[in-house]
Amino acid sequence: MVKEKELQQKQPMPPMGAWLPAVALGWLIPGGGHFLLKRNGRGALLLASVTGMFLCGLMMQGAMFQPQSGDLLTTLINTGGFIGDVCSGILYLLSVCFGYNQVDIAGHVHDYGTKFLVTAGLLNILAMVDAYEIAAGRKE
Amino acid sequence: MPKMNLSHFEAAFLFSLFASVVMGVVTKRTDRDRLHYGVYTFGCFLLALFGLGWLMYFGHG
Repeated sequence: MVKEKELQQKQPMPPMGAWLPAVALGWLIPGGGHFLLKRNGRGALLLASVTGMFLCGLMMQGAMFQPQSGDLLTTLINTGGFIGDVCSGILYLLSVCFGYNQVDIAGHVHDYGTKFLVTAGLLNILAMVDAYEIAAGRKE
Repeated sequence: MPKMNLSHFEAAFLFSLFASVVMGVVTKRTDRDRLHYGVYTFGCFLLALFGLGWLMYFGHG
């Protein structure tokens, strides 16, 4: 078990050309990396889940984070939230292009919406990591 | 953009559903294991949802 873990850790980094297109497409279009690697079923599930979560966040009028400096907690929350939002790829880009600019207002629905928007991006990061592992040959 | 006005339970249920699907898809190596893990994760989300809900109910007195 320990040796197996050590072997896995010592695996060399696969060439960038093998995984970069899948990861980049996976960022731009949720599940896109899986579609590129011919994992259509899994790609469709990821696309539906991440897009569904993002759209629910928009319909709940969640706020998008902007990086802000200040005390450590403010910086951490806003920068982390911004990264989460951006990781939704084209969903984030389109919503910004079409002028979505919801200010942060009180209320549990808006609060859930903000969390939905960030979590959609975080789930897309998981999908990108999975696409990387498939492209690198570490997973079926 | 149409607006959604959900209760705490509905929002948390939707959140659990989407998150469980993604976690099931990316975590395991066979389709059977993925399905099992997705259902397990969804069950854990719901358990936490009801557990914390009751905890807050009793906590408020």
